[in-house]
Amino acid sequence: MSDTLDDDKPTRRDFLYITTGAFGVVGAASVAWPLIDQLNPDASVKAVSTVEVDISSIEPGSFLKVAWRGKPIYIRRRTNEEIADAEKDDNLNLPDPQKDIDRVQKKEWLVVVGVCTHLGCIPIANQGEYEGWFCPCHGSHYDISGRIRKGPAPTNLEVPPYEFVSDSLIKIG
Amino acid sequence: MDTDYKYEPKNGLTRWLDSRLPLMRFTSEHVLQFPTPKNLNYFWTFGFILTMCLVTQIITGIILAMHYAPSTLLAFDSVEHIMRNVNYGWLIRYIHSNGASMFFLAVFIHMFRGLYYGSYKEPREVIWILGCIIYLLMIVTAFMGYVLPWGQMSFWGATVIINLVGTLPLIGESLTQMLLGGFAVDNPTLNRFFSLHYLLPFIIFGVVLLHIWALHVPGNNNPVGLSVQGKQDTVAFHPYYTVKDFFAYTVFLLLFCYFIFYNPNALGHADNYIEADAMVTPAHIVPEWYLLPFYAILRAVPDKLAGVLLMFGAIAVLFFLPWLDTAKVRSGRYRPIFRYFYVLFVIDCLILGYLGAQVPEGIYLFLSRVTTIYYFAFFLLVLPILGRIEKMKPMPIGISNSELSRDMVAAE
Repeated sequence: MSDTLDDDKPTRRDFLYITTGAFGVVGAASVAWPLIDQLNPDASVKAVSTVEVDISSIEPGSFLKVAWRGKPIYIRRRTNEEIADAEKDDNLNLPDPQKDIDRVQKKEWLVVVGVCTHLGCIPIANQGEYEGWFCPCHGSHYDISGRIRKGPAPTNLEVPPYEFVSDSLIKIG
Repeated sequence: MDTDYKYEPKNGLTRWLDSRLPLMRFTSEHVLQFPTPKNLNYFWTFGFILTMCLVTQIITGIILAMHYAPSTLLAFDSVEHIMRNVNYGWLIRYIHSNGASMFFLAVFIHMFRGLYYGSYKEPREVIWILGCIIYLLMIVTAFMGYVLPWGQMSFWGATVIINLVGTLPLIGESLTQMLLGGFAVDNPTLNRFFSLHYLLPFIIFGVVLLHIWALHVPGNNNPVGLSVQGKQDTVAFHPYYTVKDFFAYTVFLLLFCYFIFYNPNALGHADNYIEADAMVTPAHIVPEWYLLPFYAILRAVPDKLAGVLLMFGAIAVLFFLPWLDTAKVRSGRYRPIFRYFYVLFVIDCLILGYLGAQVPEGIYLFLSRVTTIYYFAFFLLVLPILGRIEKMKPMPIGISNSELSRDMVAAE
């Protein structure tokens, strides 16, 4: 036998230990993955259909709240003054700078996910110092474009993917 | 701890059992005859009280699970079913819900006792760290349990807390979805919380056993903080501390019973008797009282990620306490300056708790910043520095002489 105990060189046995150990780790990881992955959103959750909303009944200056993926969506029909207000603030030093025109497809209609970007509460419409949204949980103020203006939330209200199917119908998702 | 006492089986049967399963030897040496410092005060009864709290929660919890349905369609109604239809269901649920509060009350006293008497210092660091792990597990368990009734506070509390994870860079969003099992708190979330809420108390039970095991190596700390030097410093755990513990537990039960029978909803929120609604946030989301100090710390910071890190840091710093406190003297009794900082720290935690329930604006926001700074300064500045510069009061020679020497100090 060339393998002796006082020899510092790796032995055939060391090789066996390492390969066995490596196979064990890979095996354990491959078994562990299904146990972890089952926590992720399942097929029924991910297979969310899109939502179509009739917006013809929304008066200027008012809004509609609809559910999409378990979250509320605010569809707001803005008045000319509100649009002017939003555009007036475009060049201010905003926490999350974005122009109003980049947040809408048609100036009259603002569509945002009604989930505070701080910790996920639902902001209340037409409240707060900027007359847009106010989150009651931790005091974030959003303006009429859904942009964060004051408070702990780091980013503007998210704009979901949507398209106008017709003048009175909007498809979210 | 070396015990002079050794168990001797008295008859043939116990000798037979002792050589096969030394259960009676273990009970005798570690419970009945366990040498315990003879000067322990009533603050030392909370270990036993906490064990009883855990047992109470497990028993009532198992019973509640027999009548509860973990589904968003049924959860709220099944809790009302427990309250109205199940025989004594109201009692069992009120014991369980108030039991959580009593559990936290006891654990806070237990921790503040350890903090004052230096019970975390060498050689008891591992006991303290295991205790911190238990405390962390308690918070997680209580949080998940609060979601199960599927009221408005359940739902929105869960939403806010899980979204804390989303603040982590890169992995935040996918980790949040993994915890939720979806894009918002929903049925998958409720189901897994129920499963884990049932599991975790047994994990806590396991860590409690480790906590006691680690305690039984050096034995109890005591109010003077000196190590036991011999038999003259100790008494047998039974009957001396079994009686004392049971008496203290009985007094504790009086308070517990006051809440159960006379004011069962005093510590809860009326909003949680409204079924969860994903489309409406309650005007004022408040966690349970025992989480309020950490909630105040979270909201004291304008930056989202920093607030989350500070909140977790407030608990993480506890794990390092044995090495942050540089004073060799254990008991606060002999640390004249430490005592003032300690009292200030207790008051600071109480104020943080009060602020956690207020709207974070104006004076409340300012105060929560001041108290948050002191919370961390106590651990990171006061304890490391004070241990090096503080002049300690004269110490007694040993536990048995401590009462005597206290008189001598008073006479000086």
